[in-house]
Amino acid sequence: MGIRFVLLVNKQGQTRLAQYYAEHLTLDERRALEGEIVRKCLARTEQQCSFVEHRNYKIVYRRYASLFFLVGVDNDENELAILEFIHLFVETMDRHFGNVCELDIMFHLEKAHFMLEEMVMNGCIVETSKSNILTPIQLMDKAS
Amino acid sequence: MEQLKTIGRELAIGSHGGWGQSKEFLDLVKSIGEARSKAEEDRIILREVESLRRRIAEPDVPRRKMKDYIIRLVYAEMLGHDASFGYIHAVKMTHHDALPLKRTGYLAVTLFLSEDHDLIILIVNTIQKDLRSDNYLVVCAALAAVCKLINEETIPAVLPQVVDLLAHPKEAVRKKAVMALHRFYQRSPASVSHLVSNFRKRLCDSDPGVMGATLCPLFDLISADGNSYKDLVISFVGILKQVAERRLPKTYDYHQMAAPFIQIKLLKILALLGSGDKQASGHMYNVLGDIFRKSEQSSNIGNAVLYETICCVSSIYPNAKLLEAAAEATSKFLKSDSHNLKYMGVDALGRLIRINPDTAEEHQLAVIDCLEDPDDTLKRKTFELLYKMTKSTNVEVIVNRMIEYMINISDNHYKTEIASRCVELAEQFAPTNEWFIQTMNKVFEHAGDLVNVRVAHNLMRLIAEGFGEDDEGAESQLRSSAVDSYLRILREPKLPSLFLQVICWVLGEYGTADGKYSAAYIIGKLCDVTEALLCDDTVKAYAISAIMKICAFEIAEGRKVEMLPECQSLIDELSTSHSTDLQQRAYELQAFLCLESQAVERVMPLDASCEDIEIDKNLTFLKDFVQQSIENGARPYIPESERSGMSNVSNFKSQYQHEASSHMLRFEAYELPRPSPAHVIPQVSVPTPIADLVPVPETTYNSKTSQASKLPSVTDASSAAHGLKLHLDGVQRRWGRPTYSSSSGPSSTTSTEKTTNGVTHIDGVSSQPRDKLNESRRQQPEVSAEKQKLAASLFGGSAGKTEKKATSTQRAPKGNTRNAERPGATRSVSPETSKEKAAPSVPDLLDLGEPNPTSTTIVDPFKQLEGLVGPTPVPSPLDNSVKTSGLETPDLMAAVYTDLPPSGSSSGSLGSTIGDMYSADKTSNTATSAPSIKKGPFPQDSLRKDARARQVGVTPTGNNPNLFKDLLG
Repeated sequence: MGIRFVLLVNKQGQTRLAQYYAEHLTLDERRALEGEIVRKCLARTEQQCSFVEHRNYKIVYRRYASLFFLVGVDNDENELAILEFIHLFVETMDRHFGNVCELDIMFHLEKAHFMLEEMVMNGCIVETSKSNILTPIQLMDKAS
Repeated sequence: MEQLKTIGRELAIGSHGGWGQSKEFLDLVKSIGEARSKAEEDRIILREVESLRRRIAEPDVPRRKMKDYIIRLVYAEMLGHDASFGYIHAVKMTHHDALPLKRTGYLAVTLFLSEDHDLIILIVNTIQKDLRSDNYLVVCAALAAVCKLINEETIPAVLPQVVDLLAHPKEAVRKKAVMALHRFYQRSPASVSHLVSNFRKRLCDSDPGVMGATLCPLFDLISADGNSYKDLVISFVGILKQVAERRLPKTYDYHQMAAPFIQIKLLKILALLGSGDKQASGHMYNVLGDIFRKSEQSSNIGNAVLYETICCVSSIYPNAKLLEAAAEATSKFLKSDSHNLKYMGVDALGRLIRINPDTAEEHQLAVIDCLEDPDDTLKRKTFELLYKMTKSTNVEVIVNRMIEYMINISDNHYKTEIASRCVELAEQFAPTNEWFIQTMNKVFEHAGDLVNVRVAHNLMRLIAEGFGEDDEGAESQLRSSAVDSYLRILREPKLPSLFLQVICWVLGEYGTADGKYSAAYIIGKLCDVTEALLCDDTVKAYAISAIMKICAFEIAEGRKVEMLPECQSLIDELSTSHSTDLQQRAYELQAFLCLESQAVERVMPLDASCEDIEIDKNLTFLKDFVQQSIENGARPYIPESERSGMSNVSNFKSQYQHEASSHMLRFEAYELPRPSPAHVIPQVSVPTPIADLVPVPETTYNSKTSQASKLPSVTDASSAAHGLKLHLDGVQRRWGRPTYSSSSGPSSTTSTEKTTNGVTHIDGVSSQPRDKLNESRRQQPEVSAEKQKLAASLFGGSAGKTEKKATSTQRAPKGNTRNAERPGATRSVSPETSKEKAAPSVPDLLDLGEPNPTSTTIVDPFKQLEGLVGPTPVPSPLDNSVKTSGLETPDLMAAVYTDLPPSGSSSGSLGSTIGDMYSADKTSNTATSAPSIKKGPFPQDSLRKDARARQVGVTPTGNNPNLFKDLLG
């Protein structure tokens, strides 16, 4: 289990996407966790590391416009690679939506989830080829 | 009518190819997007949940509309509101035939339900059906759900199907089937233990995606048991070599790196397999060297691969050349301006010093920069490094730094960690007793409630015993310095409970020992402690016991103890306490004060905390007394086990209990209180009502009662004579080591701890002459003033530093010329520019203005779709042939890739197959070199998207223009 969760949160601390891999958290636990880590990450400056230790794991985060991508990972995970994984996710969404913005993710929450589903399974990165990630989604779009 | 309208609107929107959702959904998103506060968002969602609750239960909700509802429910849950009323509808939606609905249903279910939810059982059936579907996308959706929903109990229901799917013609299905099996392994390794060979097979899959995914389960398996997979080392090395040589399809490239995520996973696996295995490591040296040579330091991902290579090199059997390359890469990380790279560098350095502690010296200034950086993450990582490189020479500087940092942080989790590290280092490397005690005091003062109780006991033991030196003078000096420091610390208004316990114990034991402080003064202080803010019952117990000890020492000395009024009121308070323990202690103290000095001296001998107390379990001292009683007609004592009838009953009972424990209900009465061998209290043995329920012969009770009723005189007498001792015994057992005298149990553990500690201490001393220690201690005050000196004290002398630096700069160009040899690489040779190049590579936002081409591409996804859809997908026959042959020859994958010439053009038949397979990707993947060109598949669609958004009412000039910002802009 490398990745524990993927969170998209905007500058106001509003969750835009949340996917947990390690365990199923209750609503209250999720709320508390998200609030806590978002506060931690928002307090940091651009010059500081993109990594934050939290409890017994680490959060790797990256900011795109107003949106923060936060990935919780176990301690033995390669932080730089996770940072680039975030970027790959954004690039993939960008390829699909074209100039992806926060609103795209909000309107197509399920599609963003589907992409993530193709990329990460059981907390592991399983697919990094953009065309492989997007093919099922495009096929589905065409079918409907 | 309303529905028709909605459908009409949906159709209108859908035909546009725009958002494709209902007006209500768009409104919801708009209002959430424009919400200014969490409270406003909550209000919106609560309203939404109410309306959904009503409408989702309506009969005949159209399918499209239901999908809409479900996604709105996902929103509600994501934003922290309960939507459990809709779970069943999400489950129902998985039954739909239409793929988007089905997949959305599965998605919602995986987001809503934990794997133990009752509704899961309703989905298992659907999953089973979908796993058999002809549409591979349906199978994929089901497999994705399997990975999230199937728990240990339901594994058997889908396992055979998942195993069958491992041989599915579609690579996407095989990949997901591998991951489903991986999930089963994570949940219950035993359930798939007979199937792990499938992972080996899939490693040789013709599709690189399947191979890449298979690395995940293999990594887990190898972490659990590396020895069973040593035979795969050559395969892994072969794959890594091919990946690094860009034999994989271009679609796996990321920022000009060849399949970096797969490389990283492979490096992680090799690190495990090569750890402590010279032979396995030998196979890896070549490819690792290649990766170092090809390393790309201008991009994040290149550095990520480089970092993983360093980790691998430091984990496998050491190789001097590779270690040198790793050290060089690490130093580049450390010298970078980017905090992210510094962080990775500090971590890498921590790995390298395990093999060669001298590596750190070269980077001492960089490390100290990181230590003093305001960035907390970097600081912590550096403390981790310092912790790893602590020696007896630098322990004082490091621990002092750690404590300084510890005082200022509020995060309890990390505070605990760093406190326990301080304690560990201090225990291991402490140069002197005084230093140890002072360090411990600081740790206790600032993190006392977070450290382990064991640490407190250790400290008390150390003060009592010293470091095992025979020098009485030093020992008493240590104690009086401890007493002094504690009396000083007691002025603090708030101290952690554990620390107060230690203080009380030490003051009680040694407060008056050197005659510096009067008994009244110490007792007064102890009384003050009990009135402190955070004083709990445990501290009170320690305090009153300490008072008792001081009184005892005074009485034994023949001095009269004057009872201070505050002490008297404390005794009064405690003797009416709710805690029986405190009551007992208070009464004991009162009883004590009335005893004569000789008795007191025997009960509370001075400075006897280190003496073992021999407990006479057989009570031999009572022999005469018992003999006398028997002669006077008392019945002899019969052990419980020998009493008539009793043994059978107890056997029966235990059996019965055993049986009962496996069920939930117990039908027998509660267990009778077990009479202890010296049972004396008559009222215990009158359990008349229980006798009806438990088949215990009444005679036993009678005999016991009679025995007991005859005994009291005996025990009364004995308790009169030895009562205090017995009492003490009880107290000791309850309190363990920290009470006035250590009982036999804990004292044995203490002695073992002592020896280990003693040994390490002696080690430290012998390896390190005292004067050197003193020298480093003398440096300490100036150290904080100047970094250089800090470096000196941390790394042990800065003499070799400049020299080392020179060699490193000499080395750097060598590495770069190696890089320059690489075809296509246009890297500057001087180390300065390479450093500059690395610096801007870690911005938080992707800067598309950069001249170097990024991986943003212009692709028409529909072009890619051609050939994928349709009755007979083009690649599948080829795919099949490759796959079947792959099954026969497990090493085919390697063969396939090695057959390819480096240029990538086809030579062998298999090579051409693969070349053909991925040709479509290659053409579609032409990277844009001009960033000014609009990215994305359909520029006109973006325009339409914009127009649609305006139509809905969300505009870039609205409440939240951020919603429109290009994430990659």
